[in-house]
Amino acid sequence: MMPPSIALNRFGLGARPDDRPPDDPRRWLLSQLERFDPLPAPWRALPRTPQLAAGWVAHQRALRQAPQEQRSSLREAWRDSEGQTYRAALGARVAGALQTATPFAERLVHFWANHFAVSVDKRPVTSLAGGFEADAIRPHILGRFEDLLLAAVRHPAMLVYLDQVRSTGPDSVAGRRARRRGGNNAGLNENLAREILELHTLGVRSGYTQDDVTEFARALTGWTLPQDGEEGAAPFRFAPALHEPGSRRVLGRSHAPGGEEQARAILRELATAPATAEHIARKLARHFVADEPPAALVRRLAEAFLRSGGDLPNVYRELVLAPDAWAPGPGKFKSPWDWSISSLRALGRREMPAQAAANVLNQLGQPVWRPGSPAGYGDTAAAWAAPDALLRRVEVAQRLGAQAAAMVDARTLAPQVLPASLSQATRLAIARADSPATALALLFASPDFLRR
Amino acid sequence: MSLDRRAFLARAAALLAAPRVAFAGDALPTARRFVFIIQRGAADGLHTLIPTADPHYARLRGALAIDPETALKLDGSFGLHPSLATLHGLYQAGQASFVHAIASPYRERSHFDGQNILETGGRTPFAVKDGWMNRLVGMLSQRGRDAIAFAPTVPMALRGALAVPSYAPSGLPDANEDLMQRVAQLYAHDAELHALWSAALEARGMAGGADPRARRQAPGELGRMAAGFLARADGPRIAMIDTGGWDTHTGQGGRLAAQLRNLDALVGGLRQGLGPAWMDTVVLVATEFGRTAAANGTGGTDHGTGAAAMLLGGAVQGGRVLADWPGLAPADLFEGRDLRPTLGLDTLIAQACAETFRLDPGRMARTLFPDTPGGKALPQLLRS
Repeated sequence: MMPPSIALNRFGLGARPDDRPPDDPRRWLLSQLERFDPLPAPWRALPRTPQLAAGWVAHQRALRQAPQEQRSSLREAWRDSEGQTYRAALGARVAGALQTATPFAERLVHFWANHFAVSVDKRPVTSLAGGFEADAIRPHILGRFEDLLLAAVRHPAMLVYLDQVRSTGPDSVAGRRARRRGGNNAGLNENLAREILELHTLGVRSGYTQDDVTEFARALTGWTLPQDGEEGAAPFRFAPALHEPGSRRVLGRSHAPGGEEQARAILRELATAPATAEHIARKLARHFVADEPPAALVRRLAEAFLRSGGDLPNVYRELVLAPDAWAPGPGKFKSPWDWSISSLRALGRREMPAQAAANVLNQLGQPVWRPGSPAGYGDTAAAWAAPDALLRRVEVAQRLGAQAAAMVDARTLAPQVLPASLSQATRLAIARADSPATALALLFASPDFLRR
Repeated sequence: MSLDRRAFLARAAALLAAPRVAFAGDALPTARRFVFIIQRGAADGLHTLIPTADPHYARLRGALAIDPETALKLDGSFGLHPSLATLHGLYQAGQASFVHAIASPYRERSHFDGQNILETGGRTPFAVKDGWMNRLVGMLSQRGRDAIAFAPTVPMALRGALAVPSYAPSGLPDANEDLMQRVAQLYAHDAELHALWSAALEARGMAGGADPRARRQAPGELGRMAAGFLARADGPRIAMIDTGGWDTHTGQGGRLAAQLRNLDALVGGLRQGLGPAWMDTVVLVATEFGRTAAANGTGGTDHGTGAAAMLLGGAVQGGRVLADWPGLAPADLFEGRDLRPTLGLDTLIAQACAETFRLDPGRMARTLFPDTPGGKALPQLLRS
């Protein structure tokens, strides 16, 4: 692949027919960091997090107060509205990716949303996932990692997904009260603490212990959602009654008692730790360059992270300027999301009905905001290049080709989306296809287009 | 799928040069089937296989405890979760054994590391680069192609030197024959895509007769669909079925009841679909690690160590609970919080595979779990 094609495909989301290949690919990528709009038009129509969180809290209350016989119809109505909220947000995500003039920055949104994965297989996340991306991820991808981390782990979607909302310090006011009553349904939940250490910051096997997890979980007690009757309040709340009193020792360092501030202080340290720099550097390099990224590249990104105190644009700049990132061979097998978005962009589509987009991504194995695991979706060929998955892509390619064949000529389109990089075999296959629809399907199913 | 299309697929597959994924045309050396069902997310063994006689169980679990009265009685010490009626029936028919306080060599609490160890058969995460099931396939036949993963992609346990196909029912319309053929040509010189494409065509061809309603992915249908492959005389002999959703930090009571009901239906579907071949089948169910002995403060449990495993099938010498029970008293817990493992999952897997395929147990253990020193052998697991 030549540099203009690398910029469009490896760093971007694929070319649109109205895109001109960039004359200076590196500058084109870096300039996007100046032009990125955190809340572009498709997202502006959606309800934001405070409203979504208040809606959920209100539903919970209505459910509690309703007579038993009305509860199932309340639940059903709520499920419908959750589904509508989810589909609207999914439609906005797809439209945003199709329309954006800053595809590198948009790809960074997708990267970070997957790094801080929430999953709608936990029901309450269904209505909150779009708000999570709009409010916790999008405004922070060009700031400091610490702010992104804080925004992500304090968002109601994350607090709910990783079971933080009811985590109770055993010696907190609420914990002691529960014990006096003889109940054992108030206690510590260490899920969020563990995943922050393992997935969001230091990375697995970076030296923390079970005690660190438990201590961090104790520090996090009290980080929860707004209470009943607090509509209009911020969607994050610190509840002193749940918080475990006392100082905490995490990773060899003591943290004085300090309520909400205690966990914040731990997060601040995690956000700038060398292991975190290495972990983030490796994931970024893996996402953009290769499943097994060059060690020198990872080092270079980690150093930029540490040097700048986790200032993310500094790290992105190193990535774009690193010669390793421009190796001509296709470095990556596209994920289903990448592949679907780049196919639709190539066809000049500006949006797709949310239900149709959801169906395609379900069939291709990467439903939006549903990785089913806090680790997010895999980011290597091994996760996506499988026999059945490939067959499904060909089936989708056929359908896309059939829909667009009247308007688009694959022979013209192919060199546009793969400038100076189209292989002879793919060019020939397209030229020899027996119909415009088959020609388009072959472009999307081609080895050139499946990789970036 | 029409007959024409099946015929086409066979032709298309034949057109492609090696590596051809063939589920072996000639008679296989064995009638035995081995199915591994993975429970991703650390299934709670204490909620599945209830230690009804342990006096500490009710105290640790509080509201989460399964009442011994409602548990499906196995022996004087253990009962099954009430959602597992089919498995209980198998136990009574002597076709199911349950194993408790079992664990892989992994002693930390990361799902991703734990699953990697469970699937590779290594002792440290990501140290071994292929999966134990792939190495098992390698021991079985020269062709080495007689395995399949029922999952959208090939799980780690089946990745390795031998190409293994994966199959998951799809709701998409089938691609037309002309396009299929052109794609095959386009991939002819791309080693990776060529191998994937050949495997995909072969698997689709074999699923040709499956009920399209299996696409709904109901657990019973999934079991019958998988059985459709395994029951064929020329079908795969080894399969892996991927199940997720076992990570229950909150609301565990209801969620595990549903998960276990699904597992029960999946096994029921397998048995039904396999017909007479069920008598030659061994199904092993296992998870990456267990959960904390005590319930947490949010109606769930956290990541722990000792877990339960299951051995199901007509070939199993069942009706037993295999457990060197360590007890749940505070001093008996591993690190003060988990069920202490007293049996090696490696040992169970290696011995079950060796008995299934009538291969030397020592060689099986060394191939599947090269870094594990031999654990204490279990009593004979299968009918001879």
